[in-house]
Amino acid sequence: MEIRYYISLAVALFCIGIIGVLTRRNAIIIFMCVELMLNAVNLLLVAFSKMHAATAMGKAFPGMVSDAQIFVFFIMVVAAAEVSVGLAIIVMMYRNTHSTDVNFLNRLKN
Amino acid sequence: MSITEILFWFLTALALGSAIMVITAKSPVHSVLALIVTFFAISGHYILLNAQFLAIVNIIVYAGAIMVLFLFVVMLMNLNAGSEPQKNRVLQFAGLISGGCLFLVMITALMKSDVVDKTVQMNDGDHGLINNLGKELFKNYLVPFEISSVLFLSAMIGAVVIGKKEKIEK
Amino acid sequence: MNNVFQLVWLIPMLPLAGFLINGLGRKHLSKTMAGIIGSGVIFIAFLLSLYVFFSVKNGNTDVAHYFDFINIPALKIGFDLQVDQLTSIFLLIITGVGFLIHVYSTAYMHDEEPKDFAKYFSFLNLFVFSMLLLVLGGNYVILFMGWEGVGLCSYLLIGFWFKNTNYNNAARKAFIMNRIGDLGFLLAIFWLVNKLGTVDFRDVFANVSKLSTFDITGITLLLFVGATGKSAQIPLYTWLPDAMAGPTPVSALIHAATMVTAGIYMIARSNILYTMAPVTQTVVAIVGLSTAILAATIALKQNDIKKVLAYSTVSQLGYMFLGLGVGAYTGAVFHVMTHAFFKALLFLGAGSVIHAMSGEQDMRNMGGLKKYMRITHLTFLLGCLAIAGIPPFAGFFSKDEILGAAFAKNPLYYGIGVAGAMMTAFYMFRLYAMTFLGKFRGTIEQEHHLHESPRAMTIPLIVLAILAVIGGWIGIPEIFVHGGHKLEAFLDPVFAQGNAITVKNELAHNTEYMLMVISVALALVALLYAWKKFSAYQKAEKEEAGLGKVLENKWYVDELYDAIIVKPLRSIATYLNNVVEKKGIDGMVNGVGKAVNYSSRQIRLLQSGQVGTYVLLMVIGILVLFIVQLFL
Repeated sequence: MEIRYYISLAVALFCIGIIGVLTRRNAIIIFMCVELMLNAVNLLLVAFSKMHAATAMGKAFPGMVSDAQIFVFFIMVVAAAEVSVGLAIIVMMYRNTHSTDVNFLNRLKN
Repeated sequence: MSITEILFWFLTALALGSAIMVITAKSPVHSVLALIVTFFAISGHYILLNAQFLAIVNIIVYAGAIMVLFLFVVMLMNLNAGSEPQKNRVLQFAGLISGGCLFLVMITALMKSDVVDKTVQMNDGDHGLINNLGKELFKNYLVPFEISSVLFLSAMIGAVVIGKKEKIEK
Repeated sequence: MNNVFQLVWLIPMLPLAGFLINGLGRKHLSKTMAGIIGSGVIFIAFLLSLYVFFSVKNGNTDVAHYFDFINIPALKIGFDLQVDQLTSIFLLIITGVGFLIHVYSTAYMHDEEPKDFAKYFSFLNLFVFSMLLLVLGGNYVILFMGWEGVGLCSYLLIGFWFKNTNYNNAARKAFIMNRIGDLGFLLAIFWLVNKLGTVDFRDVFANVSKLSTFDITGITLLLFVGATGKSAQIPLYTWLPDAMAGPTPVSALIHAATMVTAGIYMIARSNILYTMAPVTQTVVAIVGLSTAILAATIALKQNDIKKVLAYSTVSQLGYMFLGLGVGAYTGAVFHVMTHAFFKALLFLGAGSVIHAMSGEQDMRNMGGLKKYMRITHLTFLLGCLAIAGIPPFAGFFSKDEILGAAFAKNPLYYGIGVAGAMMTAFYMFRLYAMTFLGKFRGTIEQEHHLHESPRAMTIPLIVLAILAVIGGWIGIPEIFVHGGHKLEAFLDPVFAQGNAITVKNELAHNTEYMLMVISVALALVALLYAWKKFSAYQKAEKEEAGLGKVLENKWYVDELYDAIIVKPLRSIATYLNNVVEKKGIDGMVNGVGKAVNYSSRQIRLLQSGQVGTYVLLMVIGILVLFIVQLFL
């Protein structure tokens, strides 16, 4: 497959994530959209790593190919940690306001 | 059209469709379920790319752990379709437009770049196998790997502290 | 020669010391002490001036350099004191007449509080100091310092009774009028510095040929503007009559010894410049002449004894400028000297009268004072004769010299000048007759109060009267006594440079005799007419009409200035204040503030606190950056 399909797919997923963040008010949904965007990026990384694997350069330096996948692995690690903290915050917020509406959190204004 | 291509398009359609489901579903539970489907589709893509390790990790960490956590939280809060207040229509529209613009801009940029026509190695190559990645991880990326454990620890403590502090205040 | 210059600096420093002692110790000094200090320093300065005078008479003139006042590469101005014939004459006038006025003041101001008394003497000393600095200065800058000091002191002294608003206004008027003139002087100095790079008298006069005619004319005209301010000429003369607000001895000091003679001195000092600028000379002569006539006409109808004297001073100053304008520098200085004697005498006499009348200044309420105040009467009469130009009194010689020179230049000048002299005789004897002759017209209380003034006041009067009689004898015209004009011979070195260029129209002796006879005869006629008319003066109830009213109101010059200068300026100022200041500048400043306020209020709406909005904006920002990065 050509790389452009993968890039287009990743961009589409990413933009769907962005639209989700922009249009929804539920903090959990927004959070999920962020995860979706992360996954779009992960997919792109893997696709590029495999693109390089097909080239002569990739064959000469196999580390270059696997580096990208290690990166994806670390992104997942960080995402997992982020989710645990983020969800804790959302839960706390829900306990305080009985809502997950991000617009309740407009205290930044003052 | 080879079976790989058929699978690619099928998974692509599945991922996009369920991603749209994520942001359009009224009920958060449906969103979570749609997201899980998206993650499965992305894992399928990983397998097509012969990145088996990542595909498994993606399923275990995302679809398994993270999304279950989400599901738990959603159910714990007893959120349903009616509970989410709707955003201002203008803002929703603006968000849609700007997201669409971003998509267009990026696609246009992609079309102008010179990597467009390069092909991706499918169903082949052993870079993504656990054997290779494991060696790589524990040879060259040992320190970041260990540090990520510290990250997890701090995230765990953070989550506990955030949860606990609240109780004390109450 | 050095010993003279070791002492010269003491002449101005002594009055300064007196000013400091009296000024700083005014709360602790008794009146006697303040009077002794104030008069004493002037007396010592007078003795030193005498010493300097005799030293100068032996040909001992020089410039003493004390220290560098301004020392930059382009310009070097030293603190120089110059002593020459002209300076020594002025030193004698200032310290001599000044001393008499100080003595007189001790009696005249005796009713003041000790604190004010000492303050008065400190101002008086400062005044004398400034004037001495003015005449001693060896360059235009030192002269200017004295010039400004004189202006300041006149302000302080005219407004001495500062609790009266009118007096304050008079003081302010004097100060502002002087400032206008000072600006001209200052510009002239700048011009000189620009063209010659020096302000030293000697250097300037030595290099005068390097200046173009235009430069000289410009410089001299600007200097003359300064002189019109200080010496009360058209158009800046109106402050001087108003300066009567000050105590009478101050008026005497301003009119006789200091201040108004500064302009004459400055032009006499710069005689070479003026001689080389015929245009300016004509301007000076015409301005002097018209001032002389205008002031004389005003003086005809004034009823305030001091106002008459004030306008007569303006008029006499006009004669001096006429003299300067026609190149009779010696005559002008001569007239300054004789005028100092008789004008000081007249003012002090008027002060004595006012003192006796308990502050009454309106001549219509006086009359018949002859039998109450014998000394004042006699000395005043001598002063009047002197100013009217009756031989052999002092005024005759000096005025005649000026008029003679004017005739030589242009007979028309002479004609107008004689008309002015006639008016002088008329208004002075109107003043004399209304005050001292006839019957007393004041209240009974005032009549009981009438008395001769104390000795501290009469002695200066007597001394000045003697001087007013004999003061002219140092300048007896050549046609009477050969070599009789001692002053001219004495001053010759100062004016030599100017006189060398001036085209002298020597008058035939017959003409000169005739001119004298004409002027004296006309003055006598006017004198007798006034004597006769006003010795039996009765208070007229009816208002003056026609020309008399115009004269009584001083040709409405104050009103004219008010209408053409003050009012437009004020309306411009109001306009600037209301429109430019409030709407323009304030509007600009406030507008900036308002714009910031408004825009920040609008921008603040973006800070809604809504996370969604922030994210949206962030995305838009990213979008813009992408577009810029990728496509532009």
